[in-house]
Amino acid sequence: MKYEKVLTKGIGEVDLTRIENYEAQGGYQALRKALKSMTPAEVHEEVKKANLRGRGGAGFPAGVKWGFLPDDGRPRYLCCNADESEPGTFNNRMLIEFNPHLLIEGILLAAYAVRAARSFIYLRGEFRKGYRVLMDAIEQARAKGYLGDKILGTDFSQEIVVHRGAGAYICGEETGLLSSLEGGRGEPRIKPPFPAVAGLYGMPTVVNNVETLCNVPFIVDRGADWFLSIGTEKSPGTKIFSVSGFVRRPGNYELPLGITLRELIEDVAGGMLPGSELKAVQPGGASSPVLLPEHLDLPLDFDSVQQAGSILGTAGVMVFDQSVCMVRTALYYADFFSHESCGQCTPCREGTAWTARILRRLEHGQGRPEDIEVLKSLRTTMSGTTICLLSDFSITFLQSVLKHFAHEFEAHIQGRACLAERPREVRSA
Amino acid sequence: MAAQDAARANGAPAQPWWERRAADIDQLIARYPKARSALMGLLWMAQEERGWVAPEDMDFIAQRLGLSRAYVESTCSFYSLYHREPVGRYVIVVCGNVMCGLRGGESLVRHLEERLGVKVGETTPDGLFTLLVTGECVAACDGAPALQINEEYFHKVTPERADQIVQALREGADLVELSERIGLTAPGAVWEAGESA
Repeated sequence: MKYEKVLTKGIGEVDLTRIENYEAQGGYQALRKALKSMTPAEVHEEVKKANLRGRGGAGFPAGVKWGFLPDDGRPRYLCCNADESEPGTFNNRMLIEFNPHLLIEGILLAAYAVRAARSFIYLRGEFRKGYRVLMDAIEQARAKGYLGDKILGTDFSQEIVVHRGAGAYICGEETGLLSSLEGGRGEPRIKPPFPAVAGLYGMPTVVNNVETLCNVPFIVDRGADWFLSIGTEKSPGTKIFSVSGFVRRPGNYELPLGITLRELIEDVAGGMLPGSELKAVQPGGASSPVLLPEHLDLPLDFDSVQQAGSILGTAGVMVFDQSVCMVRTALYYADFFSHESCGQCTPCREGTAWTARILRRLEHGQGRPEDIEVLKSLRTTMSGTTICLLSDFSITFLQSVLKHFAHEFEAHIQGRACLAERPREVRSA
Repeated sequence: MAAQDAARANGAPAQPWWERRAADIDQLIARYPKARSALMGLLWMAQEERGWVAPEDMDFIAQRLGLSRAYVESTCSFYSLYHREPVGRYVIVVCGNVMCGLRGGESLVRHLEERLGVKVGETTPDGLFTLLVTGECVAACDGAPALQINEEYFHKVTPERADQIVQALREGADLVELSERIGLTAPGAVWEAGESA
């Protein structure tokens, strides 16, 4: 099947970091249309009608989120979450590096719709190239009158500030992001109050993911009905799937939501590598529970994946073959989450560290029979007990492999060899 | 950094970077509704100038933003990309998350340790390279195994390519140009048809 590319149109063919190339394929038309012929409320309404669900992981409708801002005269802020750090996810990075003007146009439209006083891009510190590209694109847009004071001769003015993070996964959590943007440690805050009410500097704030905002120009330009005609009824639009692991053609693929896992792996990504058999898939980053070969015909949209017991999340699709040991993979994640826990909440700070410690001793053949029950009990001790969801999400993969690959854990404890076909070296911390 | 070294060698007192870049600092602070938000940007600036964030940089930032010294350090210490100790001119960070780890990242680390003659966390005696491994996924899973050098990307780093990169930098290659030339595959190839390993 061939699908129409929307957000990724032109990438790899023309240099879209040059504003004239972006304009040549219709870029900044939506901004012109909105500023000249639509009120902010009309732009907001169109996005709401399109049911644009957040692409950063939660799938919450952006138009509804924008509607939470109280109309009380305080300055409002728009923050683009470009702290893409979810393991297995690399679609925002592509959009930033190869289609920066689309993001800028999306931010300007969202800022217009929510009447933001200023916009910020919270950019992952590792994206140094992305920083150069964005700073250059912003100046190109300013020179053309798309950004700055009195944009396109209208009363709408807007500045976009690019704020570089510096290596902290937790800043992808929206309140951690705001703490960091205010110059502090990236520590999440208790909700409520939600950012819509008390966000940046305590002011009403919208936080949207890069890919979410990149959809806005197309919704404004082509209309909500066009958007609703793509994807599924409840998950309209396209999604950029980041496919990695044991497939022939790992990469970013923009496809309608609701495409099946089989089509994504077997057709789009070229199938499994020679000699590789599908063992398990994480459909949405490190925090997504595994799907199994029996799920190949599952449609990849927000609700179907959730019904199958996982989450679509960031659509960072990680494909594992028979050589992958699930105990070892769980240890990788445990080390990661333990390092990235901000340390505010005891269940997360201690829980992630102990998870890693227990998995490490399992991996080294020193597991104890009671370890499996201890790991399973984390479901109650580490879920719903902390300020943010890092703790909850740190164990979702682990719980799913404890369920589906229990024999691998038992084999490690019984001191037998790793059951994976090609066991690899044990990683020392 | 180089300018300061030269000044020191001549016996002249080095002008601190914050005096030389006063205009950049003012501009950075002006971008934000509140000055405190410029803290991370100033830490980045210090690191660009010195290669790491020194105690006197934090003193300056605290004074410039009207924050306590402890506050500045508490922010700085939260983020793993800020170096609070001197590091090599090139900080090599190998992705140590799942996808890179499963696709050759671990042997790449061992290869680099051997090639550079240092362990992870150490700097070569000539001060050129520091080798680190990050548990954070660097968002280059289709280019696994990947690494970053001073936040510039290198994809699909085989041992041979690692040697090529190290050698080029030793010979004075420009890092950004090197990353563009051999680190990244063309977007079409990387993003749509990355060759299988």
